[in-house]
Amino acid sequence: MKVAVIQFPGSNCDTDCQAALLFFPGVTAEIVWHKETSLAGYDVIVLPGGFSYGDYLRCGSIARFSPIMAAVRLAASTGVLVLGICNGFQILCEAGLLPGTLMRNRDLLFRCETLHLRVENNDSPFTSVLHQGQVLEIPIAHGEGRYFADAETLQALKANNQVLVRYCDASGNVSAAANPNGSLENIAGICSHGRNVFGLMPHPERVCDLILGGTDGRGIFQSMIDWMAAHKSNN
Amino acid sequence: MANLSANPAITPELIAKHGLSPEEYEKVLVILGREPSFEELGVFSVMWSEHCSYKNSRPELRKFPTTGPSVLVKAGEENAGVIDIGDGWAVAFKIESHNHPSAVEPFQGAATGVGGIIRDIFTMGARPVFLMDSLRFGSIKGDSEQAKTNRRLFAGVVAGIAHYGNCIGLPTIAGEVYFDDSYNGNPLVNAFCLGILRHEQIARGAAEGIGNPVFYVGAETGRDGLAGAAFASRELTEESKADRPAVQVGDPFREKLLLEACLELLATDCVAGIQDMGAAGLTCSTCETASRGGTGVEIDIQLVPQRAKGQTPYEVLLSESQERMLVIVKKGQEATVKEIFEKWDLPYAEIGVVTDDGQMRVRNGKDVVVDVPARALADDGPLYSREAAPFTPPAPLDLATVTQADPLKALPQLLSHPSIASKRWVWRQYDHMVRTGTAVLPGSDAAVFIVREANKILAAATDCNAIYCKLDPSVGSRIAVAECARNLACSGAVPIGVTDNLNFGNPHKPENFYQLRAAVEGISEGCRAFGVPVTGGNVSLYNESPAGAIDPTPTISMVGRIDDIAHITTQSFKQAGDQIILIGETGDELGGSHYLLAIHGRKEGAPPVLVFEKEIAIHHALLSLIRKGLVRSAHDCSEGGLAVTLAESCFGTKFGATVDLGDTDQRPDVLLFNETQGRIVISVKASDVAVVEAELAKSCVHFRKIGEVTDKADLSIKTGGNCYSWSIDSLNETFEGAIPSLMES
Repeated sequence: MKVAVIQFPGSNCDTDCQAALLFFPGVTAEIVWHKETSLAGYDVIVLPGGFSYGDYLRCGSIARFSPIMAAVRLAASTGVLVLGICNGFQILCEAGLLPGTLMRNRDLLFRCETLHLRVENNDSPFTSVLHQGQVLEIPIAHGEGRYFADAETLQALKANNQVLVRYCDASGNVSAAANPNGSLENIAGICSHGRNVFGLMPHPERVCDLILGGTDGRGIFQSMIDWMAAHKSNN
Repeated sequence: MANLSANPAITPELIAKHGLSPEEYEKVLVILGREPSFEELGVFSVMWSEHCSYKNSRPELRKFPTTGPSVLVKAGEENAGVIDIGDGWAVAFKIESHNHPSAVEPFQGAATGVGGIIRDIFTMGARPVFLMDSLRFGSIKGDSEQAKTNRRLFAGVVAGIAHYGNCIGLPTIAGEVYFDDSYNGNPLVNAFCLGILRHEQIARGAAEGIGNPVFYVGAETGRDGLAGAAFASRELTEESKADRPAVQVGDPFREKLLLEACLELLATDCVAGIQDMGAAGLTCSTCETASRGGTGVEIDIQLVPQRAKGQTPYEVLLSESQERMLVIVKKGQEATVKEIFEKWDLPYAEIGVVTDDGQMRVRNGKDVVVDVPARALADDGPLYSREAAPFTPPAPLDLATVTQADPLKALPQLLSHPSIASKRWVWRQYDHMVRTGTAVLPGSDAAVFIVREANKILAAATDCNAIYCKLDPSVGSRIAVAECARNLACSGAVPIGVTDNLNFGNPHKPENFYQLRAAVEGISEGCRAFGVPVTGGNVSLYNESPAGAIDPTPTISMVGRIDDIAHITTQSFKQAGDQIILIGETGDELGGSHYLLAIHGRKEGAPPVLVFEKEIAIHHALLSLIRKGLVRSAHDCSEGGLAVTLAESCFGTKFGATVDLGDTDQRPDVLLFNETQGRIVISVKASDVAVVEAELAKSCVHFRKIGEVTDKADLSIKTGGNCYSWSIDSLNETFEGAIPSLMES
């Protein structure tokens, strides 16, 4: 599996994502500069966390105009897997590849801590090795992760099972107390209608090594690897 | 010399306003052999400020041990010291203050403090990998105007550090925050950065090679931070708010681009020298690179990228606009350099050339506005040996004057004192996990970071108990060094280097100068005892508000190395049934303790005694146990004493502890809350107790098995005929809730 990790000016989780991906046998991960215009030959595209363009104007709002984004759109339209983490999620929303938006956290403070996530749906290339209802421990690190969408969009997201992960407590209860940022219905990550684009605020790449506090992030990458293997062999 | 009509005449008033004494001005006249231009006066003013020249502290700083087999770049040689960590890898690290800017504009003051120290590190050719910070504020408790101001400063500083560190993508992994009214009006913001590099990557801030072009890269120069170095070198007054223009505005996004571009550039063979523009901006970077290179530098102000039209040469020279670098490029390699800066969308310009005449020459088009010998400016500044007031060590506290508080109430009171309480509210705002190397999170004795690319494990801690330093600066400073080393030992690390931030009051006052001198001597003694070099640091004097000087605060940051992942140790208890051993002997002093301060409102007595030989023996014994895999947890006793240490080891786990301190006639409050140095609480497997005790006995350190880790989340301590018991959940709630409840009120 060949992965492109896009480096926008201000990306700062690019090498973390690359290192996490390289844990997996058979995976190659390359950093691709945002001024490039082609992503031909890559199986998976990762938009990493960070502060692209310093978060100026609005998170992700300038990066969506980067030259590489045309190639990301094209790849997404052909079914290539696109994973947006944190700032990458914000960029995907700004680019219209995912519905909704991410606003300032409810208490207006940046928040970095390990939280619990409930897997809402494993019918996606990003959650296929996980179980529905499984609780993952994955850290967040953001100031603007409060997911919001209008009622109609939310309805459609739920109807199509596009909400893949929600913030929950240690026992898997999705409660107001377990919501770190005021996200609508505790939403932490959603996929596109076509299910090949996934954005989430938590950082799975930070929990792929036991020495760093856990390995719960691996399931998301492993799902993608397994899906790609099946998908490629089907072709 | 051009006489620009807009420039004011050089009058005694103007000279005084520039902070130059009549004697210093005489020296300027001798160096130049003529009256300085207005620009030159500004240039001398900032370069000879304490902040840039260390004129009041340099004779003292020479006392630091700065050499050692692992030292690759010594303190004072470059922007930061560099220490070998093996296999061709090295670390560059340094701490620096941004106290005065943070006092008048906490968010930007703190943010640019972080930005400045990061630049110091990547200027050395090192990739920055983590940050720490050491903060001091006045009390944040209560409804007084002062407390509200302190809360605003605290919130603003933390948000500013978070803003810069999070955006640039560096984890803030450790630090300390203390609250004491001596910092009213003059908070302390000391920021630390560590970077990693290969030996051959060390970059020098020297203008090498006559004829080499001088490039400016980074943010355009604006009017912000005008003469900030001079501002930092005087006392804060009621009018200091008017100095807000002397505070710079940070742009971490620009710095991220600058960082990546500079590291990409330094990986090529195009750079002859590189220097960041920090304090004193363009002025300092040009004359320092020339002085180090034994060359001269000539630049043209009109070529400097500028944010606004109509800035005078004086303003451009003295601006401390952030995120700027000066790069001496090897002639013929300009195209490669330009290509890299263009890739990263950074403004740049070729603004001058390296010359052979030793002069720092600044032109404004055709006119020469500054023509000064670079070495005289950078290295021949005035030096003062100030008068130190005689000091009488304080008498030990008379225990009879201290009423016994009920330990049941005193422990939660101590745990809710903002200086001891959990700092989660602070570090949760910092991204402390980016770069995926943080193996021990903030809140433990020392943070531990795995540097993936080098396959090295580093630990770092920062400490200073300013109460001890106030009571006895010499003892307090030695304790600061020892505590850092102790924290590193608890994490499984051996110390490899120290950087210090000397925060003191006005050195013209003899009592303040005594504190500075005693602290430097104390730190030196400590570093020699532990065999670690001081690799650089920062001096911040004039930390005074109208109410007086701050408590002397010589902040120590120590970096250590852990050889094996298996040696990484944390403070938390790991399993019920594990046995708790206290290493080190408990004395009977309460002087300078937080118990005395928080419960009795007294800051007095003599600080605890520190005996280096004992301390070192304990660290060695602990490290030897850790390396043998015999230690499940280790936590030192510091502010709040043994009871606080035991409670903290339970926090975040589902365990409690049952402790018996044996038959003793010592007062329970003294036994539980005193701050005798050199004590570490460890837990070990029950089956390992015998071998651990044998090892400790062999090491000739005092130790005592005091209890056991339990399944029940209670802490109970028996001493003499008394038994005290607390619910861990309730203590933890107090500990975690203290700062949030003050900040959200």
